[in-house]
Amino acid sequence: MEATQATPVKYDMDVVRWFTIMAVVYAVVGTLVGVYVAAELAWPFLNFDIAELSFGRLRPLHTNAVIFAFGGCVLMATGFYMVQRTGQTKLWSNAMAWFTFWGWNLIIVLAVITLPLGLTSGKEYAELVWPIDIMIAVVWLSFGLNHILTTAIRKTSHIYVSNWFTMGMIVMITYLHVVNSMAIPVSMTEAFSIYSGVQDAMIQWWWGHNAVGFYLTGGFLGIMYYFIPKQSGRPVFSYRLSVLHFWTLSFGYVWLGAHHLQYTALPDWTGSLGAAISLAMIIPSWGGAMNGMMTLSGAWDKLRTDYILRFLVTAMAFYAMSTFDGPVMSIKSVNALSHYTDWTVGHVHAGALGWMAMISFGAIYHMVKKLWNTEMYSERLVNVHFWVSLIGAVTYIVAMWVSGIMQGLMWRDYDEFGSLTYTFIESVSAMHPYYVMRTVGGAIFNLCTWIMLYNVVMTVRQASAVRSVNAVAAKA
Amino acid sequence: MSDHDKIYSTKLQDKIERNTLLMFVLTAIAVSVGGIVEIVPLFYLPNTAMSGGDGTFNGTSHKDLQGNAIHMDKIVWNPATSAHKTLDEWVPGDGVRPYKALELAGRSVYIREGCFLCHSQMIRPFRDEKDRYGHYSIAEESMYDHTYQWGSKRTGPDLARVGGKYSDEWHRKHLKYPRDVVPESVMPNYFFLDNAAVNVDKTIHTMNVMTKMPFNPVPRTIYTDAYLGGAKAELENKTEMDAVIAFLQSLGNHVKFEEGVNYRD
Repeated sequence: MEATQATPVKYDMDVVRWFTIMAVVYAVVGTLVGVYVAAELAWPFLNFDIAELSFGRLRPLHTNAVIFAFGGCVLMATGFYMVQRTGQTKLWSNAMAWFTFWGWNLIIVLAVITLPLGLTSGKEYAELVWPIDIMIAVVWLSFGLNHILTTAIRKTSHIYVSNWFTMGMIVMITYLHVVNSMAIPVSMTEAFSIYSGVQDAMIQWWWGHNAVGFYLTGGFLGIMYYFIPKQSGRPVFSYRLSVLHFWTLSFGYVWLGAHHLQYTALPDWTGSLGAAISLAMIIPSWGGAMNGMMTLSGAWDKLRTDYILRFLVTAMAFYAMSTFDGPVMSIKSVNALSHYTDWTVGHVHAGALGWMAMISFGAIYHMVKKLWNTEMYSERLVNVHFWVSLIGAVTYIVAMWVSGIMQGLMWRDYDEFGSLTYTFIESVSAMHPYYVMRTVGGAIFNLCTWIMLYNVVMTVRQASAVRSVNAVAAKA
Repeated sequence: MSDHDKIYSTKLQDKIERNTLLMFVLTAIAVSVGGIVEIVPLFYLPNTAMSGGDGTFNGTSHKDLQGNAIHMDKIVWNPATSAHKTLDEWVPGDGVRPYKALELAGRSVYIREGCFLCHSQMIRPFRDEKDRYGHYSIAEESMYDHTYQWGSKRTGPDLARVGGKYSDEWHRKHLKYPRDVVPESVMPNYFFLDNAAVNVDKTIHTMNVMTKMPFNPVPRTIYTDAYLGGAKAELENKTEMDAVIAFLQSLGNHVKFEEGVNYRD
């Protein structure tokens, strides 16, 4: 940990400001699309018979918008923010950072256009068509190169732990994206994977789970290791634990993808191996979660007054919960029940809403105050945002857990004559109340993103107003 | 800043933290191991349906109750040994075959509409799944599925063995307005597939691409010049609805499964 402050450095923070603002915008858009597709499953007429609005086409837009638009902008904003401040240096290339910004946003715009048109690669969480895949590779590498070279030109002796996690993410996502996207095009908008069947399935979930592991977890753990100490004013609880956390996570997470394919045509050894390592991953995951939470030891009273800290600490609680839920679901006998059901959806959202979004919100509020050198327009609204998002997230997760377990139990239920108790469609209608509840939970969560958008916009306006007044005063 | 010279962990860790390149290289190695161990063997170990291109399958042998190996030609259709020599002659039970032209066109529509987001095509070896959907899926059955369609969620039922279960007419009605047939369904209406013509040129091009895949390509002994030449006639004047129905009807009836055989070993 860098204990002393060097002479002030002029950081390249404009691009960070814009990534931060776009992250807030995409949080609104991504969750809004999510609410809409959730509502379509509760009330199917809601697609109004418009193909472009049907569930199958909009669901990838929701996942891409929250993971790559919202999550991506958060990771790039915080990545560029942390690497400069922890290394006490400007970016290696400010121009390249702007290229990353415009490139990433162009990709998002193209996703918004192509996915509703039904242009898809047919791979979950990697739906974008091949020309966009190539753009993603280029823009991602521009981010990675810039970040790693900024790490290299740091003024401090050691690389700070947050930047380890970001580096791990950069390397792994590059591997994953390139290998998983290998396809032969048949037109400008359609291509077929060079792999098939078992191999394609394993590579897809190697991608799918490590997008979770290195992007949605590793990248956001980098945020945890910087923003929790900063916001609480306490050093990271244990440096040694962070070393252990990083290397075990980097080495271990990669193995987990196979647990998505238990009891499928994938050979049993692969799924079992994935499950075994998944269970072992509880140790580093909880070690990391403890490390984040215990950073507050001696400063727990701050939770009463510091609303931003509430986001960050609640995120750690959800991180711990999801990293317990996940390994449990990877156990074969549990997976037999949970696979193909809404339980998976609940698990994903415990991570996405509770951990990833919460830590992002905390980091965004922290950064907005620093980047615009101001207080929030309304601290009260930050607190409202916290409670509303917590209620929304819990409502959503509970709905999906209950419906998932219920689905699984209904599908395998036998009556006394030895025949299946329920037809499939009976399980579909039994889900209706939970799909409604999920929509409500999602809508509440979406509402909170509007609150954040309003608060951030007003904060920035307030800061600009102050700045122009000061400028006038200075001239006079 | 003497503080910075103190080593808080190990010498190696300290060295890594001071050296960006070293950290980059070690991280790149650490994150690659798991994937290599789990993925690479799937390209050569038995029971992963990786075709050697000559009718062999990496030593795969499913054994019957007496322990006799079942010839792979009974599982994966091989026109050289089968009584049925062409795709048009093929009958269910002859073994896994690639998609016919119209089915392949339907598969593209299936992917385009994101059907796999709600319908899996992978039956697991459980009693309830056998009763509900049929025999568990085996690796060979998706060997020609470039961009696999196993799915991960059953908002709707599994479709791995939907072929032949319902009539074409039922599918047509159901796909157009699912709630006309199944009132509780939450599936979107796909009536518009009836008004869209199959893209003939793209489908033929897709068939050509499938023969050029680096892994598990469709053998040219199946997609013969004669078959590809005749595909145009098969596809013309067909709607996307016809294509999707043909695709659905082709699913899951390729292999004649025998009682007592463990197809998962």
